[in-house]
Amino acid sequence: MISHSAIWVYLSASPLFGLTLTLLCYLLAVKIYERGRYNPLLNPVALSIVFIIGILLSADIAYPAYFAGAQFIHFLLGPATVALAIPLYYQLGKLKTVWLPLTVALIIGISMSGISAYYIAQWLGASEQTMLSMIPKSVTAPIAMGISEKTGGLPTLTAVFVVITGVLGAALGTWLLKRFKIEDEAVKGVAMGVTAHGLGTARAFQISPQMGAFAGLAMALAASISAFILPLALAFIRG
Amino acid sequence: MSFLTVITLLLVYQLIGELIVLEWTLPIPGPVIGMLLLLATLLIKKPLAAQMQASTQQILSHLSLLFIPAGVGVMVHLPRLEQEWLAITLALLISTLFGLLITAWIMLLMMKLFKERV
Repeated sequence: MISHSAIWVYLSASPLFGLTLTLLCYLLAVKIYERGRYNPLLNPVALSIVFIIGILLSADIAYPAYFAGAQFIHFLLGPATVALAIPLYYQLGKLKTVWLPLTVALIIGISMSGISAYYIAQWLGASEQTMLSMIPKSVTAPIAMGISEKTGGLPTLTAVFVVITGVLGAALGTWLLKRFKIEDEAVKGVAMGVTAHGLGTARAFQISPQMGAFAGLAMALAASISAFILPLALAFIRG
Repeated sequence: MSFLTVITLLLVYQLIGELIVLEWTLPIPGPVIGMLLLLATLLIKKPLAAQMQASTQQILSHLSLLFIPAGVGVMVHLPRLEQEWLAITLALLISTLFGLLITAWIMLLMMKLFKERV
């Protein structure tokens, strides 16, 4: 007979645990979000993260042991980024009419999000590593981590900031844009995609297909140019 | 096109992207190069987009799930967050709201500017 503790030791060391836990928590969080009539405070990503951390802490499982399983989900960010080529292809027609305003908004939007976070953090007394890790926080995770690594930040801390920013943008973005009477679907989508990457895009698709399309487009374009722009912006503010 | 074919194709493009980045030590992540190469391929071989659409939509509809493993990484940084929680929370919150508005306003302004010129 196998004792309970032996089963537990097996589970907490097996990649199966982290993978299954992530999917179960996400499915549960999505159910709660639906039941709560899509209340922004019940954002499924934020809920899942809270559930998972609660379980890991109470079961005394370290993050690397969890990630050994969860990395299979994390890994899919790569092919998912490549897959953005398809919605991008379908929006090339629309893109032709607004590409110049979009490009200007994109460059200023990404730089200003990163720089404002850097200065606010500095003003409130954050450490330098925290400030540097914030610069690429509006860019989708794998790219942001790459930029952070090259500009002196902590890639894993940047990933955390990216997810928090995405959750905040997805939860509050549509409310804020409505509040300021911004109605153009393309403009709203671009703002969500530039500021809150994939999480903002996922939210925008819930509002309308057009808003989602432009959010995806903006996120993809931001992802392709931010690796050039953000290091320059950082060099500029640091003299 | 089957799901397996599509995911294989995406991985092949990602792999080519990663190899290009390695070869020329570019400041762009491999998947982004892969995405641009796939976009170029779609422009040359137009029917491919429709064939790949259903499967890629499946992958992209769960985009937010893919951020969870990285987000759980917050637990590694709990000591830092405890120490700097106010600065981090306010910096992320204010810059996100500011970023949303500045992006929207600049785009609206530019659209107005270019419309008047045409």
